[in-house]
Amino acid sequence: MIVIDTANHISALAAKMARARVIAAYPITPQTTVVEKLAEYVESGELDAEFIRVESEHSAMTACIAAEAMGVRTFTATASHGLLLMHEMLHWAGLARLPIVMVNVNRAIGPGWNIWSDANDSMAQRDTGWLHFYCSSNQEVYDSIIMAYKIAESQEVMLPAMICYDGFILSHTSMPVEVPEQSKIDEFLPEFKPAWKIDVENPITHGNIVEPHYYARIRYDMQVAMERAKKIIEEVGEEWGKKFGRDYGLVQEYKCEDADYVILTMASMAAEAKVAVDELRNKGEKVGLVNLRTHRPMPFERLKYDKIIVIERAVSFGLGGIVYNELKGRVPELYGFIAGIGGMDVSYRDIERMYELAKEGKDGWYPIEVK
Amino acid sequence: MLKEIIFYGRGGQGAVTAANLLASAALKSGNKGVQAFPFFGAERRGAPVKAFARISNEEIFLRSQIREPDIVVVLDTGIMDVIDVTQGLKENGTILLNTPRNPSELSLPYKTATVDATTIAIENEILVGGIPVVNTPMVGALIRLLDGVKLEALQEAVMERFKGRAGEKNANAVKVAYEKVKL
Repeated sequence: MIVIDTANHISALAAKMARARVIAAYPITPQTTVVEKLAEYVESGELDAEFIRVESEHSAMTACIAAEAMGVRTFTATASHGLLLMHEMLHWAGLARLPIVMVNVNRAIGPGWNIWSDANDSMAQRDTGWLHFYCSSNQEVYDSIIMAYKIAESQEVMLPAMICYDGFILSHTSMPVEVPEQSKIDEFLPEFKPAWKIDVENPITHGNIVEPHYYARIRYDMQVAMERAKKIIEEVGEEWGKKFGRDYGLVQEYKCEDADYVILTMASMAAEAKVAVDELRNKGEKVGLVNLRTHRPMPFERLKYDKIIVIERAVSFGLGGIVYNELKGRVPELYGFIAGIGGMDVSYRDIERMYELAKEGKDGWYPIEVK
Repeated sequence: MLKEIIFYGRGGQGAVTAANLLASAALKSGNKGVQAFPFFGAERRGAPVKAFARISNEEIFLRSQIREPDIVVVLDTGIMDVIDVTQGLKENGTILLNTPRNPSELSLPYKTATVDATTIAIENEILVGGIPVVNTPMVGALIRLLDGVKLEALQEAVMERFKGRAGEKNANAVKVAYEKVKL
């Protein structure tokens, strides 16, 4: 069935169809309608879940952690300052290896108060041990949420997953989305059966003091799990493609085979960049596009190009572009643009312009300072 | 063929709903690519607002705001004193206004269409707090300017959006506006 709706409503629908059993969330612009829709689903009985009302995002994540540790599939959603308030518990969820799935609607951080799109909220959480996915369309939001449960809950991964998309640009934009039948989703994503859980019949101990030797080992295992997740993300994406006709993976390439330059970007800018690539190709430019769907784990092995132009909606102050700096030293010729900060509208023409600037050897903050 | 439309109105007039109804009707009419979105900002009742819609027979990858619309739809001509609604309008673009006047009387430098959506709203009792709501008749008039969005599809979208008697009233207003728009 094809429905037309905003990414926020589509997120709620995906969480429902993934049969999340505990939802704990706190509303914040531009995520609010995700929580509203989920509350409606629970209230009407369409979704058989416990909706835990909390007084903050910190508590929302804490409730999800507790429920997930009981072996229950959970869901939450937040944005911007809400995500920042969760920071402590994001680490906890990651380190406790709990496969919680969360939506983060990317929004700028204040002050200056700004409700528009900006990826610095989720980028600042990149070291918390969560899988990070970025979506370029409402369809990708739906598909990614369902896939995220399967990836996160894999015994080879067991890490929480964050699905990110741009505030307003997707969150409040209605687009067509193909929604499979519930039975097909159930087939793809069976009930969550963790290897261990808190169970009064089988008491186990959690969160004890762990001495350095063991602690280091546990953390090392997380890094290994992140690396293993790369394979699982590709496999699950392929399985989704076979079942539902849309292939996914760590990245999505577009016209890269013969490209001299590859534009690498994320989230909604990756869709807009497709238009830029087509326009540039019409002018005879050999340019391709990589949509970096997955930021953690970072798929370096899928980014083996000689000339990459990174366009990103976030910055690490005192360092510069985050993805740009992660790729530095791994790509022979690398250009980095910081663009779209605080909801600055980035059109395909801007992307074409950045490409032209990179060809002249220039990069930087677009359009504030490029040299 | 991509068509880009901007709706201008005041907060509370339903410009965003108008964009959504158009997108829904376009999808029902078989267009593969449709989009509807508000101007990203803080909304206040009565303040000038903008909403956007895109329609194409192919999937749409654009995510930026519309800068050069094919059509602008003005729900409240009063805002034309404070906003240049023709900003960026394509040279061969069209402006659709909610007014009882004829297009020829207005002598605007663009192709102009008019519809008396306020009267249609009153006659069909589409009122909220006593104020006529013009968004549905405006979309009814708009689809006459577009290829590939069917009246029946729009009426269906309206009936889905507004249940029961309200749906019938709005669906009728859509039809009347569709027939009465002056091109």
